[in-house]
Amino acid sequence: MTAPSDDPRILPLELDDVCFEAGGNRLIKDVTLRLEPGLKTVIIGPNGAGKSLFLRLCHGLLRPTQGSVRWQQETGAGRHQAMVFQRPVMLRRSVAANIKYALKLHQVPRRHRADIIDRVLHQTGLKRLADQPARVLSIGEQQKLALARAWALEPQVLFLDEPTASLDPAATHSVEEIIAAIHDAGTRIIMTTHDLGQARRIADEVIFINRGRILEAAPAGRFFEAPENDLAQAFVRGELLWWNKGQDNRKQGLPPKEGEG
Amino acid sequence: MTDFSDAFAAALGLVLGLDSSLTEIVGLSLRVSLTAVAIAALIGLPVGAAIALFRFRGRFFIVVCVNALMGMPPVVVGLIVYLLLSRAGPFGVFGLLFTPTAMIVAQVLLVTPIIAALTRQVIEDLWIEYEEQLRSLGAGPGRAVPALLWDGRFTLITAILAGFGRASAEVGAVMIVGGNIDHVTRVMTTSIALEVSKGNLALALGLGMILLVLSASINAGAYLIQHSTKRWHA
Amino acid sequence: MKRVTIMALVAAVMALMPGPAAAAEKFFTLVGTTSTDNSGLYGKILPTFTAKTGIKVRVVSVGTGRAINIAKNGDADVLLVHHRTSEDKFVADGYGVKRHDVMYNDFIIVGPENDPANIWGLKSVVDGLAQIAATKNFFVSRGDDSGTHKKELSIWKLTGINAVKASGTWYREAGAGMGATLNTASAMPAYTLSDRGTWLKFENRGGLKLVAENDPLLLNPYGVILINPKRHPHVKAGMGQAFIDWITGPEGQAAIKAYRIKGRQAFFPNAK
Repeated sequence: MTAPSDDPRILPLELDDVCFEAGGNRLIKDVTLRLEPGLKTVIIGPNGAGKSLFLRLCHGLLRPTQGSVRWQQETGAGRHQAMVFQRPVMLRRSVAANIKYALKLHQVPRRHRADIIDRVLHQTGLKRLADQPARVLSIGEQQKLALARAWALEPQVLFLDEPTASLDPAATHSVEEIIAAIHDAGTRIIMTTHDLGQARRIADEVIFINRGRILEAAPAGRFFEAPENDLAQAFVRGELLWWNKGQDNRKQGLPPKEGEG
Repeated sequence: MTDFSDAFAAALGLVLGLDSSLTEIVGLSLRVSLTAVAIAALIGLPVGAAIALFRFRGRFFIVVCVNALMGMPPVVVGLIVYLLLSRAGPFGVFGLLFTPTAMIVAQVLLVTPIIAALTRQVIEDLWIEYEEQLRSLGAGPGRAVPALLWDGRFTLITAILAGFGRASAEVGAVMIVGGNIDHVTRVMTTSIALEVSKGNLALALGLGMILLVLSASINAGAYLIQHSTKRWHA
Repeated sequence: MKRVTIMALVAAVMALMPGPAAAAEKFFTLVGTTSTDNSGLYGKILPTFTAKTGIKVRVVSVGTGRAINIAKNGDADVLLVHHRTSEDKFVADGYGVKRHDVMYNDFIIVGPENDPANIWGLKSVVDGLAQIAATKNFFVSRGDDSGTHKKELSIWKLTGINAVKASGTWYREAGAGMGATLNTASAMPAYTLSDRGTWLKFENRGGLKLVAENDPLLLNPYGVILINPKRHPHVKAGMGQAFIDWITGPEGQAAIKAYRIKGRQAFFPNAK
């Protein structure tokens, strides 16, 4: 089901010179980006690159130290977004009640709630678990519930932070199917992953981040075929970038760090 | 050890004979303490949650104070409430001294810090777990309070029971503000104190055993409920 | 499920709320001493008053010092204690209307069964206390500013010995009511001054026995005073006065005289 067409569109999202600092370190640097409607964007990069931070800055869970994050609609943009985290966060209540709570927060009229819950549970294969305590479900089922909950809100943008990192292959497959279905229903997907295979399967567009900087942003086909940035090339080849710390600096045209040749 | 067997016999005698003054005293004890705990929970739960979730000037000081008030000696609370409710005091016009209402007031003051302090800890920990997801769903700390309280219900029930334990066990406050008036403000603990002062140690001990059994029953009931709903506590 | 729980809780709280105010009930508050109450006198004679007048008597029993404090604050309607000087001052300062004689009983000295200070048979209680001090045997004092305590101190004054100075050694201040003090004395064992009424009813004598009595100094007169409604307009003067009239009148006095503890008369009516 597409998002109601009389709701104001919040995309495109514009990031302008965004920096984020914490504990004296600049963790996100000089990010300028425009995210148009319609695509599935996958953000990849090594661990600690800042993918999760970037997602949280977009969604508004963190405020940039410098620069701006602007949706097309300034106030109330949050209502049209949803986020799924690496580990699902469920309240100590039933599966159905967790979804109901989200609907309540979004002030969905009471008479619609039962149908919506029913539908999303059916679409994620969780219908038979509706009255179970959400927290006794397996982690795969809880993650599907997190998706169901997000879907019930009919968001225009869905952020996902490494949603299958904690799951086994079967659950990963299920989750990817659900993400695809949510996208087909009209939601913009912005997702991080460290799994290249997953990125290849899902992405329409790829953003490559390393050390807090966006090094490359390109359509998926082109990126995986021939990434322009050499660090991106290394990453796509499966080379763990942290081995090459000193070489990083040389490749980026910076002077080598002290003590390195 | 004759006192203990005498005490047990005395207790049994009172209970089996359904001694009317015993039922009156037990009834009043329950009424006073349960009412006090209910009111203390109505105040302490939201206050504890608010302290947990909001940053404000002097927060550190407030947290330390509330924690310290948990250990307030009941007799001191009794004295303070007496001074407030006395005819010579600011609220004397209500004529509440030496009534069960005064006893409830004193016990509310005793129990609220316990519930508030424990609630604060529970909610603080829950917010660490839930903050990002709840904010993403549109619930900032204010809106999240009811959901957090409900989520922490198992631990919070234990906190409330701790408060009930404190209320039903204390004698200092209810003695001063209640006056231990026969048929009016005499509760289990003040009865025990009275019998001790008369030298009726066996009877006092017997009453003490009855009080213990009452308290244990309430706690057992609460634990049974928690145990049977364990799946929801995962 | 949540709504049912909340409704159940609310219903429970309301069921437990204090019942309708006892404004319908006729009562007044009498503040008196623990020694009188513990003797069981009130339990016996007050129902007679209530049966006659329909007025219930709510008795708050504390030490004499605290009783006078409560009365001064206006938290009670009638004061009944046993310390003449304090009572007269209470009236003189305008807190009370008039002091009436009610009854008297006496104090006794109790002590360890083997009477280590050897005071049994002494006619003078002053000599008795002096001997306890001289032999440094344990003596437990009420230490709580009660009528009993004040009486004890007045006897020490006559011995010329400053017992309080020895507090913590042979002289122990319990800071407690008569029963608690007797419990302490029984456990040590020690000598102590007690009113006869509490002693007769006391169940935990342990190794204690009566060692001295009948010295005129040990007489313990009680006075009853209506708290001054001019000072505290809310005082239930009508009911309080009705009580005073009754207890100083023939019926009340007879009831006091008839009260027995273990077969012995405990209080001696002396209203004029």
